[in-house]
Amino acid sequence: MRTTTGVADAHLTEEQVDALGAELDAIRASVVDSLGEADAHYIRTVVRVQRGLEAGGRTLLLFSRVPAAWVAGTAALSVAKILENMELGHNILHGQWDWMRDPDIHSTTWEWDHASPSQMWKRSHNYEHHTFTNVRGKDRDLGYAIMRVTPEQPWHPAYLLQPIYNIGLSAFFEWAIAIYDIEFDRVQEGTKSWDDAKAEMKTIWRKARTQLAKDYVLFPLLSGRGAVSTLTANAAAALVRNVWSHAVIFCGHFPDGVETFDEARLENESRGQWYIRQLLGSANLTGGPLFHIMTGNLSHQIEHHLFPDVPSNRYAEIAPQVQDVCRRYGLPYSAGSLPRQYATVLRRLARLAFPGGHKRYGGSPAPVRRLRPRTGVRLPAVARRAA
Amino acid sequence: MAPLARRVLAAARALTTPLLPEDFVSVWRPLRSRRAPGARVVDVRRETADATTLLLRSGTRLPAHRPGQFVGLGVQVDGVWTWRSYSITSRPGDPLLAVTVTAVPGGLVSTRLAHQTRPGTLVRISEPSGEFLLPAATPEKLLFVTAGSGITPVMGMLRTLAARNPAALDGAVHVHSDRTAADVVFGPELRTLAARTGMRLVERHTATQGRVCPDALTDLVPDWTARHTWACGPADMLDDLTDHWERVGDPSALHVERFRPPTWDDATGTGGRVTFATSGITADAGEGEPLMAAGEAAGALLPAGCRMGICHTCVGPLRSGAVRDLLTGDTHDTAGQPVRTCVSAPLGDVTIDL
Repeated sequence: MRTTTGVADAHLTEEQVDALGAELDAIRASVVDSLGEADAHYIRTVVRVQRGLEAGGRTLLLFSRVPAAWVAGTAALSVAKILENMELGHNILHGQWDWMRDPDIHSTTWEWDHASPSQMWKRSHNYEHHTFTNVRGKDRDLGYAIMRVTPEQPWHPAYLLQPIYNIGLSAFFEWAIAIYDIEFDRVQEGTKSWDDAKAEMKTIWRKARTQLAKDYVLFPLLSGRGAVSTLTANAAAALVRNVWSHAVIFCGHFPDGVETFDEARLENESRGQWYIRQLLGSANLTGGPLFHIMTGNLSHQIEHHLFPDVPSNRYAEIAPQVQDVCRRYGLPYSAGSLPRQYATVLRRLARLAFPGGHKRYGGSPAPVRRLRPRTGVRLPAVARRAA
Repeated sequence: MAPLARRVLAAARALTTPLLPEDFVSVWRPLRSRRAPGARVVDVRRETADATTLLLRSGTRLPAHRPGQFVGLGVQVDGVWTWRSYSITSRPGDPLLAVTVTAVPGGLVSTRLAHQTRPGTLVRISEPSGEFLLPAATPEKLLFVTAGSGITPVMGMLRTLAARNPAALDGAVHVHSDRTAADVVFGPELRTLAARTGMRLVERHTATQGRVCPDALTDLVPDWTARHTWACGPADMLDDLTDHWERVGDPSALHVERFRPPTWDDATGTGGRVTFATSGITADAGEGEPLMAAGEAAGALLPAGCRMGICHTCVGPLRSGAVRDLLTGDTHDTAGQPVRTCVSAPLGDVTIDL
């Protein structure tokens, strides 16, 4: 017997949930079985392009006093940093490319251009966030311990400022994530020792200082008289990367139409129920192939959360199959353009800065795209619930 | 390294952090990866219908080897780096590293390597290893017994001796078996080498003459007990020779190289879930499936060498659970006990510190 349900999946019987789980397992298996040469070529190409852009951008910026070089170099470096963090770092650290057994592209050997050391980030992200996705009190990514993103979170006066500090969070996202991984909130509540936090701060600092030295000391110095303009260029590229990744990531779990869950949901959660929680707790972004690559395919947040270790280049082909499953089982599949989704995120952050808050911000999903109930359903008929 | 070079390298590292300079270099010069030394196939020589010699130019320093040793060759099969060990047939110091690959029926990797490798292909190579070696002081009377592709490690020895110490081959005996004269890998070269050095080459064509059993061998080489013998070939031939030397000869004078994993019919595992503690990767091993095979299928990067229980490169300490060593049939269930992952199969759920 199911103990708890979300709002959007309340109409499904236990058998239907199991059948849905089996269908999603089958989608995963068919992709994993077909991985091969073309996929290996894809990720190596992204690595080559990324390193080429980085080397090219940094070379241009040695002449950053020339305005055109500043603009072109900053653009190349921004794209390189975005690719490095998103399509490469995030996905490789998920183990998506471990199947190639290539020690150069492997979750256990990869280190990324990020303040947070990859090993530390993997724990907080791969385990805590991906296991307990959108479970209030368990998934710290729900508001990152400093924001109120669902009405169920108790209000505190500090949240009044969240629309403002969200801007700072966006600009310094990489640093915010690194600090967030130290879990000061857990130190405060006494579930983590100060010594552990201090040791982690040291680890982060050891890595972060080399990153800082590279971007803000060494490359500027190499630019000679262009030192200041190279420094501003590097800072601009880091800012672009931070603002972009913050926007994409916030659109993954905080737009309207995404559900959050009570801790009770985790009790005896079946494979099918886990899948449904991932589905209801994530939202996609619509766009073209280049857009998907630049988001590290987190534009396919739903597919990523269902199959975190399936190579990202395959999410696009899985998406229609997942949508089809959702349609047949009467489950929402949230997707929208980046501006539209981000607008709902910002509106939510503004509204929830104040006490209370509408059900929409965490209750039943509101706008659902590209989902029409289909007639002639193959599987046991499911009653659609009015949104 | 000179202090200046070290300083330049440190500066380059500071500029490429968190990557290493070679991560950038390897994008344009793929052989330069230090994490996985690469080599390029520069020539492909068809030896027989199913044996092909690959000549490799190493991207970095050519790894030093001793005649008779094997090298791990990593090739991409459907996007997956797949490793096999092959005997080195070139001499130490040769500019190119040579391995001779025989297509094994049903062997995906060997078939592709032997039949589909084109010059220009990139491969990865491991450090040469293996204990099938000639001693520093070459014994006076040598006997080589080989069959089929078992010729390869001995060919490395013969070529080296012929170049450096041809006198050692004068009076040596080489008994080699293969199906027909056309199937003999390096046939013409062996015959020339024998004529030039005074080595006695006995070719046995099993299609017409049958296999060389130990009794036939001792008839062919009456002074076999006075000789140091190096033998390489199919497992049953080596088993017969080992038995014979143990019964009537001096076992320490017989050196054998088994280059195919023995069959594991009598000793098997039950299968189970294997957890690799370092990476956190878990894998389900089937009945009798070694830890390494299961782990690699699940994407784990594991230390690996010969993959047949010889070189001990793959050894890791057991943390919990039990495994059966498929070669010896022994069960290991003590925490901390080092086990060879390539030939150990789980008996239930296992965690290993790798």
